[in-house]
Amino acid sequence: MRWSLKAWAAAAAVTAGAGIALADYTDGVIKIGVLNDQSGIYSDVTGPGSVWAARKAVEDYCKANTCDGKIEVVFADHQNKPDVGSNIARQWYDVDKVDAIVDVPTSSVALAINTLTREKNKVFLNSGAATSDLTGKDCSPNTVHWTYDTWALANGTGNAIVQTGGKSWFFITADYAFGYALERDTAAVVEKAGGKVVGSVRHPFPGQDFSSFLLQAQQSKAQIIGLANAGGDTINSIKQAAEFGIVQGGQNLAGLLVFITDVHALGLQTAQGLIFTESWYWDLNDVNRAFAKEFAAANKGHMPTMVQAGVYSAVFHYLKAVHALKSDADGAAVVAKMKEMPTDDRLFGKGTIRQDGRKLHPMYLFEVKKPSESKGPWDYYKLRATIPTEEAFRPLAEGGCPLVK
Amino acid sequence: MFELIGVSPQALFGQLLLGLINGAFYALLSLGLAVIFGMMNVINFTHGAQYMMGAFCAWMLLNYAGVPYWGALVLAPIVVGSTGVLIERLFISRLYHLDHLYGLLLTFGLALVIEGVFRSQYGISGLPYGNPLPGGTNLGFMFLPWYRGWVVVVSLAVCLATWFLIEKTRLGSYLRAATERPDLVQAFGINVPRMITLTYGFGVGLAALAGVLAAPIYAIKPDIGANLIIVVFAVVVIGGMGSIMGSILTGFGLGILEGLTKVFYPEASNTVIFVVMAIVLMLRPQGLFGTPR
Repeated sequence: MRWSLKAWAAAAAVTAGAGIALADYTDGVIKIGVLNDQSGIYSDVTGPGSVWAARKAVEDYCKANTCDGKIEVVFADHQNKPDVGSNIARQWYDVDKVDAIVDVPTSSVALAINTLTREKNKVFLNSGAATSDLTGKDCSPNTVHWTYDTWALANGTGNAIVQTGGKSWFFITADYAFGYALERDTAAVVEKAGGKVVGSVRHPFPGQDFSSFLLQAQQSKAQIIGLANAGGDTINSIKQAAEFGIVQGGQNLAGLLVFITDVHALGLQTAQGLIFTESWYWDLNDVNRAFAKEFAAANKGHMPTMVQAGVYSAVFHYLKAVHALKSDADGAAVVAKMKEMPTDDRLFGKGTIRQDGRKLHPMYLFEVKKPSESKGPWDYYKLRATIPTEEAFRPLAEGGCPLVK
Repeated sequence: MFELIGVSPQALFGQLLLGLINGAFYALLSLGLAVIFGMMNVINFTHGAQYMMGAFCAWMLLNYAGVPYWGALVLAPIVVGSTGVLIERLFISRLYHLDHLYGLLLTFGLALVIEGVFRSQYGISGLPYGNPLPGGTNLGFMFLPWYRGWVVVVSLAVCLATWFLIEKTRLGSYLRAATERPDLVQAFGINVPRMITLTYGFGVGLAALAGVLAAPIYAIKPDIGANLIIVVFAVVVIGGMGSIMGSILTGFGLGILEGLTKVFYPEASNTVIFVVMAIVLMLRPQGLFGTPR
């Protein structure tokens, strides 16, 4: 486990103005723990970049507002293992007085932290994980699911592809909670739109050689091969699909969860034409570009992923709610306050958080540019469509969240 | 069309062929391990990292020096092999008089350091590398990319050449003699330490060659070796530690077995090799082709 240097993000004097009531912060510190993959398959998507984003959010918030007391950001590596993640979270909540856990990619780990956070009445701001169960059957009054989820991805990409004629689907699915959720949600969208699922295969996570799964997909004769996996698994699937002539053979790939770091790793030559859904892209507007420039300077020239942008946005709103309440002690109360206040930050703009913990904002359907269309490194996406907030996420009533009455 | 337990013969033949291709990687990597263990009694846990270095070296040669794949195929094993020579001279040579365990710990530690350096430098998502032999041929039951066929051919040729070199030539006999009685061989005027150093360099070069072969197929990432090395160790254990032919045959055999598992029960495909290892260890602890020591 790696512990951070204790980052002093801000030390504004609370007592400066007369008449300000002393706020009630547990042990006098607002402590935010970024829990994610620091070295494995998802570390470029989340990892140190998310820690930077969390610290940046604290810095920006305190520049624009007066911050109460000390705000600290710590981080640790959950290695994509639910048991490791739970142990760190327990230590953080019980011993180190962490008030909120942020990010947590890998759905199996996120579900474990979701339960634990509710038990301890703290706050869980998820940006990295995908499973829509976090705001469905496993929803919690202590959790906000920020950036994206499997339903939104399936809805964006699945609909777009079925509408352009991709009626029969075969899934290559990562063998854990995230893969199942993504496959389930996409299959539902495909069937609702009039397509059909002809088969699926589950691969060990993380995988290396996908040729035999691709061969099974090829033999299924499905028009579309849906990749219900992420990170390195998606990269290897796409790379090897090109090798086996899947696309020349008349089948098309649908990357259901693709991050900009994946496109960077594939190169445009291999990735061109791929269609997928994301909630944030660095080159959409000037504000994003400015953020990305700062991010790249601190992160080896990489552009931020939507997950890292989501961490920024989530931490920013959390600080707003905590300062409005003047307390971080009661996790459920903080999350209730977060839901009550409209969200507004420079990366995700104006939005809201729904009763089931779902953060609402538009989603975007992107297509990867051809090498000839790209102006240079990281200039990768063309915007195909904007999915408006009302249509981007699963309707409240369909999630089966017990909090919704 | 007849079916075998719900699987069409096309699917079966296809998977068998893919298994053979994966087996080619296992064979090439376990061969390097077997050479190093058989000749030096060192369990080289750095092997996975050296395989990864081979792939990165191909990428660097292309991007910094403009050397294409075919040049990298020759150059990368030499470059990575010489780092192996350096490692042997600086570190491993100091451990020969100690228990195996020390060599294992040292090489394992080195692997972690090397992987860490590459991770901090290049991230985890991987680097792109173009396919030098795009296209392929339709075999009727599956589409065979030219490149995969090339991998099998290279791997078989290198494996057999290595076996011939060590088992059938005079140089090989010196090597084997030096393993048995280094003092005696030295007395005949052969520079044993230098021979051992070069052997290690050669084994590392084999790992790097496998890395170059893998670069166009898999994403070039710092952890590709760590994922593969465990399987490869299982292959070496099943084949019999130090047996050259054993590791070649087991490499191809287990690749095929894994391919079959991917048809019948894909979820178990990365466990099946270890099940075989457990069974072999119980029934024949020296491995299928090993001799009891």
